[in-house]
Amino acid sequence: MANMSLQQIFIVFSCLSSVYGLYFHIGETEKKCFIEEIPDETMVVGKYKVEIFDKNVNDYVPTIQGLGMHVEIKDTDSKAILSRTYASEGRFTFTSHSAGEHIICLHSNSSAWFSSGQLRVHLDIQVGEHAVDYQQIQAKDKLSELQLRIRQLLDQVEQITKEQNYQRYREERFRQTSESTNGRVLWWSIAQTVILLVTGFWQMRHLKSFFEAKKLV
Amino acid sequence: MELKNFGLFVLWTLFSFSQAGELTFELPDNEKQCFFENIDKGLECTLEFQVITGGHYDVDMELTAPNGKVLYKDVKKQYDSVTWTAEVTGIHKFCFSNEFSTFTHKVVYFDLEVGDEDPLAFNNDAQQTAMTLMETAGQSIHENLNDILDDQTYFKLHEAQGRAFAEDLNHHVMLWSISESIIVLLIGIGQVLVLRSFFTEKKSSGLHVPLMTNS
Repeated sequence: MANMSLQQIFIVFSCLSSVYGLYFHIGETEKKCFIEEIPDETMVVGKYKVEIFDKNVNDYVPTIQGLGMHVEIKDTDSKAILSRTYASEGRFTFTSHSAGEHIICLHSNSSAWFSSGQLRVHLDIQVGEHAVDYQQIQAKDKLSELQLRIRQLLDQVEQITKEQNYQRYREERFRQTSESTNGRVLWWSIAQTVILLVTGFWQMRHLKSFFEAKKLV
Repeated sequence: MELKNFGLFVLWTLFSFSQAGELTFELPDNEKQCFFENIDKGLECTLEFQVITGGHYDVDMELTAPNGKVLYKDVKKQYDSVTWTAEVTGIHKFCFSNEFSTFTHKVVYFDLEVGDEDPLAFNNDAQQTAMTLMETAGQSIHENLNDILDDQTYFKLHEAQGRAFAEDLNHHVMLWSISESIIVLLIGIGQVLVLRSFFTEKKSSGLHVPLMTNS
């Protein structure tokens, strides 16, 4: 019984202490974007909390009612896969269906016309196996510690494999770009030399006929 | 009791923030972006940053402790890694500055790790028993896989940098080739027109001298 309450106190304390994640400041009307380059079928979990600067208290306080954050996530083809407004504290998750750069943008849904206040945004984005919550899985599937560890190792190895496949695809794109540059340099050099020669010949021929017409030659 | 614990777990994980964060963001020219993290005293932290695209791939970085002491300050770095032990509990601040640049905006990646990783499973036993050989092996494999993932991220960023440069090069080669061809053509035609105008003016001013070399 005493053990249980100790655990609960621990949970409460860790709840309070881990409220302070990484944070930054933005204006009320500003938009901030983050880039995540991920392979396909990867889960991304983002958590945020926003506070507003109160001049009276000279500190950041939880936001007033109605002020939330609009989260917009664009995939590699700049198509929006998530565009929702959440409350001042929210959690968003998405799974990538294409490999590449995904852009996560946040801005407050404040109706102010000019940037009046400063917002403090706590943000935490976890990708792939970091996003998986093993405590939940252990409780749900009733796994022992060793089984949970094996599950975690399997997830990690799967992510490594996905990243390496993505790396192959990117290396191929890099090679194609380099070969395309090589081809362009070659053909454009030839083309420019040809244009130069043709222009030269045309100039000479035109001037010759011009001078002959003017009876100078 | 189990359900209540589970419920509290769900609540904790839903809104708790891990003590490690990596982000990639765009830093426009002439701007400074600061990030803050509350770190407890005694925790060993590592901050690693890398510039992925933009200009000469450099950025200024400054890391300040809560008591105002500057833990790290350097200018125009492409990549660096700082490890420090927090002396004071409080808000540590690190800022990336692109204020020296006039028109190139940079994409910066950083990874902040605070303290040790959270233990995997919540231990229900009141006392900690020594780890078995299997558990030790599992822990060691996990740490090695973490290193592999970190290295993969490092290589991914370097590859992204190279690829962005190659794509820029490809685009610029195309643009410059087309514009040079147009310039060559324009100059060619222009030269002929200017030359013609010389002789046309001479004729109108009456200085036309016919050269009759052949009889």
